[in-house]
Amino acid sequence: METIVSIKPLLAIAVSLFGTIIIIALNKRPNFRELSTFVIAFVKFGIIASMIPAVLDGTRFVYNLVDVLPGVGIAFRVDSLGLLFALVSSSLWIVTSFYSIGYMRALKEHSQTRYFVFFALALSSAIGVAFAANLLTLYLFYEMLSLSTYSLVTHHQDEEARFAGRKYLTYLMGSSIAFLLPMIILTYAMTGTLDFTDQGILTGAASDIVLTVMFVLYIIGVGKAAIMPIHAWLPSAMVAPTPVSSLLHAVAVVKVGVFTTLRICLHVFGPKLLHSLSLDVFLLYFVSITILIGSLFALKQDSLKARLAYSTISQLSYIVLGGGLVGMLGMSGGIMHIAMHAFGKITLFFCAGAIMVNTGLKNISEMKGIGRKMPITMAAFFFGSLSIIGVPPLGGFWSKWYLALGCVEVDQIPILVVLLTSSLLNAAYFLPITYNAFFEKGSGDESTKMQEAPILTVAPLVFTALVSFLLFLYPSFFLELAKMTARSILGG
Amino acid sequence: MIDQAPVLIIIFPLMFAFITPLLGWLRKKLCYPWVLLALSLSTACSLVTLGRVLSTGIIRYRMGSWIPPWGIEYVIDHLNALMLVIVSVTGLLVAIYSKRSIEREIPGKTVYFYTIFLLQVTGFLGIVVTGDMFNLYVFLEIASLAGYAMIAIGEDGAPLAAFRYIVMGTIGASFYLLGVGYLYIVTGSLNMADLATLLPDLYNSKVILTAFAFFMAGIAIKMALFPLHVWLPDAYSKAPSTSSALIAPLMTKISVYVMVRILFSVFNPSFSLGELPAADIMVWFGIIAIFGGAIMALAQTDFKRMLCYIVVAEVGYMVGGVGIANTVAIKGAVLHLLNDAVMTLGLFAIAGIVSYKMKGHGISDFKALFKKMPLTMAAFVVVALSVIGVPPTCGFFSKWYLIQGAIMANSWPFVAALLLSSLINIILFFRIFEIGYVFNIGESHGHGHGHEDVVIEEAPLSMLVPSIVVAVGIIFIGLFNQSILTNIIEYVVPKL
Repeated sequence: METIVSIKPLLAIAVSLFGTIIIIALNKRPNFRELSTFVIAFVKFGIIASMIPAVLDGTRFVYNLVDVLPGVGIAFRVDSLGLLFALVSSSLWIVTSFYSIGYMRALKEHSQTRYFVFFALALSSAIGVAFAANLLTLYLFYEMLSLSTYSLVTHHQDEEARFAGRKYLTYLMGSSIAFLLPMIILTYAMTGTLDFTDQGILTGAASDIVLTVMFVLYIIGVGKAAIMPIHAWLPSAMVAPTPVSSLLHAVAVVKVGVFTTLRICLHVFGPKLLHSLSLDVFLLYFVSITILIGSLFALKQDSLKARLAYSTISQLSYIVLGGGLVGMLGMSGGIMHIAMHAFGKITLFFCAGAIMVNTGLKNISEMKGIGRKMPITMAAFFFGSLSIIGVPPLGGFWSKWYLALGCVEVDQIPILVVLLTSSLLNAAYFLPITYNAFFEKGSGDESTKMQEAPILTVAPLVFTALVSFLLFLYPSFFLELAKMTARSILGG
Repeated sequence: MIDQAPVLIIIFPLMFAFITPLLGWLRKKLCYPWVLLALSLSTACSLVTLGRVLSTGIIRYRMGSWIPPWGIEYVIDHLNALMLVIVSVTGLLVAIYSKRSIEREIPGKTVYFYTIFLLQVTGFLGIVVTGDMFNLYVFLEIASLAGYAMIAIGEDGAPLAAFRYIVMGTIGASFYLLGVGYLYIVTGSLNMADLATLLPDLYNSKVILTAFAFFMAGIAIKMALFPLHVWLPDAYSKAPSTSSALIAPLMTKISVYVMVRILFSVFNPSFSLGELPAADIMVWFGIIAIFGGAIMALAQTDFKRMLCYIVVAEVGYMVGGVGIANTVAIKGAVLHLLNDAVMTLGLFAIAGIVSYKMKGHGISDFKALFKKMPLTMAAFVVVALSVIGVPPTCGFFSKWYLIQGAIMANSWPFVAALLLSSLINIILFFRIFEIGYVFNIGESHGHGHGHEDVVIEEAPLSMLVPSIVVAVGIIFIGLFNQSILTNIIEYVVPKL
């Protein structure tokens, strides 16, 4: 594998880190402030996109900023897995910025400068995690993400936000400091390195039983992956403004979690070691519980955002499945689900926000007949939910298809049953929303006049729904990145 | 001139201290620049000295050219060169910081305050620079006496707190002096290097063991090792902001330095940490200090008192780290000397700003401060994250080495204590962030609109700049901790 030393990964992180200074400086001039957010978001996306051709050719970009421990630096590497995640996050940041402006201005939210500043910081951290070359760098940006999103979760600064914020920090920083950090230090003490490698670094470093315990603690330590029982922070984080829920709590933060879990499974332990300790099977069954129970919990939520949150919890574990299905197909399917779920779920959150901006409604039971008022939004919602359920013609179909094939590939038929059951449950909690929106009569106001939310909130959701559809027709790009990752790890 | 640098580090603040009252008698305003000048010169000398140590190794300076062990000798190796820089830079930053705070808190006493301030710094520097056991005691007393005075001029209750500190501190100093006396009885020497060569033959002697015990007990009181910490919270929280910003970061750290000096330089580390059971005892005391400090900190509603208990917990980090007695943990403990001095300075500086602006230092005084003083609070966040141990701040890395060392020594209770302390620190600081940030509790309205307009009203520059320097320093030390470790601290760690 060819490597190029390049400052690009650092630039991609730094542009929004230092961009915050511009955003703060333009505090008094909202239009220029938002313009600067766009410029930053586009520059960031441009830098990341410029690395696509080389990465597809099998090149890796590496950069070592400074050594902070003997043999471990704050170092970056861009490989196919990291690039896939970075592309998804940074492209959706642009879309979400449009949406943020529409949403925040329509609701006349306070402290918008602070909001955009911390949003930019959160994106820097997410890209930092994507491009981290070792566990220490990953941990650095992982914690930075927890801290920068804390202020977004507590944005409303009221009692509810305060308790949500406490829960958020307790779960995320509690799990990372109590479990993840000591495991990283232990790994370092055992092996003297923290670098991600294709074979894993822990093989033969300790007895089987120690490695097994370490693996379990690693998985629990990554609270952001929202694997049960460390999931309760996600539904309560929904008190944040909707754009935060859409980009951060459906894409950036939670996917940083599953991404970290994948890195640990694939590059720290390595599939061979996992397999020899039967930890891959353990992982499959462990996350299956989350997949099913998450879906079941989603069924009974009346608040739309809470239902989406539980759905996210369930879907995240699909991605983690990819780390446990040691085979070309399953692994690619799990990795591809990062992208597919992102575009589908962000559409759904955008819709929830648009409904709230337009009508003030938050609960599903109140949304009967809303399709007549907001047909575009609800059509997009329908597309988004089809993608999450995983039926053609939406992108979500492909990742689930590969995951299902992966289950067959490694002979785990019970997991296949879990996947199919969960898809049915997905249909059961999503489709009634669309049905009621279009075919039921609303209760209170009977104005059937079409009245959509502001264009800045509707355009992004139409766009992401469209992308979800296009990803069905042209899945090859993300599929190729996912397959490259799987190939390099499985060594074939 | 450069050859004289080691002694000039002391001479400048000492001599300038004597002239300060005269200047103040002429014109009060001259005192502040005078103190700054003294400490800048002293800082410059310690930087020069550090540079010389880095390039040529250990420096030995003989007072009046008397040959040791008869004369007093200043010995500067990598450890105290680093400490000298820490002490002098801290002194300078606090001096810059002092101006407005002193005018507000103790008007009319500024001249005397600055005189004692310089003596205090002289005492600290002297303890660090000397290579003589008795000379160290002298400077310890200078530092302590100046400290008692600096604390006693504080708010209500400060004289009583200072009195308790005098009683405890004097007991500690007496123990130390007894230890020196015992060593002198059996060896006839007070010079550390000389003692190091004479002592190994006497390691079986009961007198030596008694001396060792007296040293450890005396220093434990001086460094406020839990449960000998009871003097500290009252003394530091009732002292004027400037006094606590100077003494809190330095006194405990210098005591740890003295402990390290006695363990590594006067005694042989393989004796003090290997043959004696001291190491295990230190680890357990470290654990108790961390737990005790953290739990007591949770119970405080006063910000400065909370910080005091954090200081108590941090002492546990260093004592425990030295007690783990492997290379990595000792590296972490020594790095933590530097880091903790910087962090504590930052914390007490912020506490001073808050009491200057809000006329109080309770936790509730932080209400809405993120809006009111964004820069101060940004600095506060950085310092707090470092105390919690979040990368890339310096506090993360010393904690990393401490945990790694404890893991390698299979000292799991110490690992648990360090992690628990991080978790409790999150609660401690986010409780304050919450008050500073989520401030409109009670004025119920669904969406948080229509906040009371808070005007940005930053701290005076003389207080703000040192705080920000500290915050930036914390990140820089964190990012470049490797160069500090390989160039300085590697030399400190004994071969075990």
